[in-house]
Amino acid sequence: MEGSFAVAEAVRLANADVIAAYPITPQTHIVERLSEMVADGDLDAEFICVESEHTAMSACVGASAAGARVFTCTAGQGLELMHEVLYIPSSMRLPVVAVIANRALSAPLSVWCDHSDMMAIRDIGWIQMLAENNQQAFDLTLCAYRIAEDNEVLFPTMVHIDGFYLSHVIEDMTLPDDEEVAGFIPEYKHPFALDPDKPVSMGCYGPPFIYPETKKAQEVAFENTIPKILETWREFGDLFGRHYALVEKYRMEHAKIALLTMGSCSETAMLAIDEMRAEGEEVGLIRLRLWRPFPFSEFREAVKDVELLVVLDRCVSFGMGGPVCSEVKSALYDLRKKPNVVGFIGGLGGRDIPIEEFKYMIQSALGKVKAIERGEEIETEMIGIRE
Amino acid sequence: MGKEEAELFAPRLVTTEENFAPGHRACIGCGEALAVRHVCKAMGKNVIIVNATGCIEIISSLLPQTSWCVPWIHTLFENVAAVVSGIESAYKARARKGKIHDKDVKFVGFAGDGGTSDIGIQALSGAMERGHNFLYCCFDNEAYMNTGIQRSSSTPYGAWTTTAPVGKKSIGQTTWKKNMPEIAVAHAIPYVATACPSYPFDLMDKVRKGVEMGGPAYVHILSPCPTGWRYPPNLTIEMGRLAVETGVFPLYEVINGEYRLSFDFPNLKPVREYMKAQRRFRHLTDDIVEKIQARVEKEYLRLREKAGVE
Repeated sequence: MEGSFAVAEAVRLANADVIAAYPITPQTHIVERLSEMVADGDLDAEFICVESEHTAMSACVGASAAGARVFTCTAGQGLELMHEVLYIPSSMRLPVVAVIANRALSAPLSVWCDHSDMMAIRDIGWIQMLAENNQQAFDLTLCAYRIAEDNEVLFPTMVHIDGFYLSHVIEDMTLPDDEEVAGFIPEYKHPFALDPDKPVSMGCYGPPFIYPETKKAQEVAFENTIPKILETWREFGDLFGRHYALVEKYRMEHAKIALLTMGSCSETAMLAIDEMRAEGEEVGLIRLRLWRPFPFSEFREAVKDVELLVVLDRCVSFGMGGPVCSEVKSALYDLRKKPNVVGFIGGLGGRDIPIEEFKYMIQSALGKVKAIERGEEIETEMIGIRE
Repeated sequence: MGKEEAELFAPRLVTTEENFAPGHRACIGCGEALAVRHVCKAMGKNVIIVNATGCIEIISSLLPQTSWCVPWIHTLFENVAAVVSGIESAYKARARKGKIHDKDVKFVGFAGDGGTSDIGIQALSGAMERGHNFLYCCFDNEAYMNTGIQRSSSTPYGAWTTTAPVGKKSIGQTTWKKNMPEIAVAHAIPYVATACPSYPFDLMDKVRKGVEMGGPAYVHILSPCPTGWRYPPNLTIEMGRLAVETGVFPLYEVINGEYRLSFDFPNLKPVREYMKAQRRFRHLTDDIVEKIQARVEKEYLRLREKAGVE
């Protein structure tokens, strides 16, 4: 099954009430598939064919505030057009679920994958998680409903699937049936939904005497979502046999060097690790499954015995290197014993990252560490660039 | 009982219940707050209101207080019609799926002229085109009053604003007011009307019709603003009446494409009478006023023709 269809199938199984979405490559197959499901009566939902992504997210906000289970999906420019609206469900505690087929940002125009879109929205207060294959895209979308709608969570949740690599690629999958899913995802009930029988005012005006308190409450509640995310994944694993962690580890036994990746390229990175292990190198792979809230303690635990951490960013934070590398460094800063961290940027705008480049990054990083020890400044290297 | 006598009793038929509670922070003489009060009386309790950012939002919802006795949501400036679309769809889907009892809730969007004819026009056009069952009320005070009187596309020709200032080389606003009701009509929706709080029973009738017609309904409400138009606050009702009686803001309905004048004035009062109390127009020379007069007459004639008035 194609990754897009897998996502649509998860939304059907979750029995969403309202879907509002706008076509954009490489997400379009998801909305097409959902439209077919609604047209055929396989999913009883209102499908709002909106005139922009700004409206897609606004309609989801309205529907969610009225107590509906909602879904939207977008990519790249669409996520950027939604940007302003994304703050609303996170601060008004509305459990909107969205799937993003990660895409580069213009200019120049690129419909292909990188992580520029998801990094631009990382400070908004959405739970953000990443899938590496189609099965994970399906599983995490289902879990997103269970997590977002938990009355102790009530935060919007985003599942990131890499555009084309997942959205358009067909893979074998295991799908649960409707009854199994019904047991896993309870009926959604927002405690303060808009209802004339119980009037509430939502989205009031916050002057300086109260605004900071609202933000503190939001931050505390957001950080407290991690135990619920873990609980959901644990229960999902018990029921369906597939287990997820905030920080995923691959061949990290006795690893002195770790590579850190996010998203679909992680599976290629695993092949590189396998080859290097076969050559006797003590290397392993770490992937961030959860990007927001940032899993500080799990991440620190994962790298505690590592001497060199090599971080791949699929995004440029202009003038600052790679965003993931910056955040990883900041997460390690307070530790007394911490690895050297060397960042690379690659895979921009859909450029493939072959096995050799992962191996190159690790080898090149070893050289850069020596330069750091000599007191030299090193720049974030963009891999695979033709001069 | 004759029509005139019946009109005398009409106020007693209006509910004394306030769904937009007093104690809010609107300016003295605010025409918009008055219009919102009328609209809320007409709609009753079985309603969900979506409000754009703007004067009404900030004067009514300062945390931790609220003036709203009915469910009310504000999110952003330009997305009112989009949020209404989502709420309406949520109720539709959940009632159909048996998740809630279908209680015929009305869905209403409130926005100012900037939130409607400028920044919110795309979301509104989309919602009207998709045919959601909702009423949209534009409270038109003819500029961005909440941010301090900046011009919008709804500001009338010749008016002073802080971003269309009067200077050696400018008369203030140099463009004609965007005809938002006509843009709504062009979407072929069941109901479009203009209204003004100076004519409260007409306004309330139109709001009721709007929510009862089924499908998108658009009511454009001229809301005189003493702060931004620069007139004494006791003249709000008079300003609205003069806008109508001079033909500057005619009151009419368009029901399934059919025009009907709510009040007809075969002999319009001169626009000068409407403009003279407003300091936003005080710099205008006679030739500019003549130009406005000619335009108003031409537009009014065109409207009468559409309404089939001889």
